[in-house]
Amino acid sequence: MKCIIIDDEQMARVIIKTLCDEIKSLKVVDEFSNAMEAIKFLNSNDIDLIFLDIHMPNFNGLDFIKTLKNPPKIIFTTSDSQFAIEAFEYDFIVDYLLKPVEFARFQKAITKAQKHQARKESETTLKEIKSGLDTKYDFYVNIDRRLVKIDLPSIYLVEAKGDYINIKTEDRNYLVHSTLKKIEEKLPDSLFLKVHRSYIINVKKIIDIEDNSVLIKKDVIPVSRSKRPELMKRLDLL
Amino acid sequence: MEKPNLEYVEKLARGDDFIRNKIIDVLKMEFPGEKEDYYTSLKNKDYKKIEENVHRLKHKISILGLEKSYKIANEFEHNLRESNLDSVDDFDEILVTISYYLKTI
Repeated sequence: MKCIIIDDEQMARVIIKTLCDEIKSLKVVDEFSNAMEAIKFLNSNDIDLIFLDIHMPNFNGLDFIKTLKNPPKIIFTTSDSQFAIEAFEYDFIVDYLLKPVEFARFQKAITKAQKHQARKESETTLKEIKSGLDTKYDFYVNIDRRLVKIDLPSIYLVEAKGDYINIKTEDRNYLVHSTLKKIEEKLPDSLFLKVHRSYIINVKKIIDIEDNSVLIKKDVIPVSRSKRPELMKRLDLL
Repeated sequence: MEKPNLEYVEKLARGDDFIRNKIIDVLKMEFPGEKEDYYTSLKNKDYKKIEENVHRLKHKISILGLEKSYKIANEFEHNLRESNLDSVDDFDEILVTISYYLKTI
């Protein structure tokens, strides 16, 4: 699990890092003395677990978690037990460690985090399987008063073009009077992802990804910074 | 007054001198600054800042195994929310004890 440590006290960061180094499955990728720096980092990096101090000046741990759009698992590290009840209101908070943290207690928290991750992965797989079972393999679009059938897996790109959308398939393109939002509802999540406000791509058709763009067929499609972590999650990386 | 000890640090280091020394170095390096911040906030009667500084120092008090002192610090931190400085002398004694101890290790 890739993790980061957020604590204004260097001593606390050193201790958590020392404890993490004892557990092979944990990799501390960065440490932050304040929450604002961590927010910037999380905007462009995918993390599995955060060790977060609650009591920090200016911007505390509870304020910090409210800013997270797609929060990873969080373990609170604090000298106060008074926030425990509030902390467990969030399902991504897996444990609450009181300082000074003992190794045995730390190990317990990591086991909880690993179980939490396994449960989440299993839920995602199940969701994908279910969505696959429910998936329709085609739909009809209205083009020049004709209803034309389009096979869903053959679509590799849908782009917004003013009041129209351009549906690109293996064989041809279809310019349809509709919106990206409408077609997004028809497309199965297991295959398609909206990577930009103007583009939905078939993730199975990606040829390569470079910085903030993907290559599909001969089209280079921009990827919004906020969508990049989700896209990376969908890829089967070696 | 109870005496500080390195029991927690030794336990954490598990016989690794590099880890032990690193923790002690950070302790020695960070504590004086935090103590100074505390005195500055006390001088300014900035209760919010005093509370924050006591909170930070509390962790080091617990790392050094000072259980009774930790309770005093905790109570002091709590009382500061009502601008109560009753435990200021007791807390000062804790800081003096730690300052002296850090010079001996």
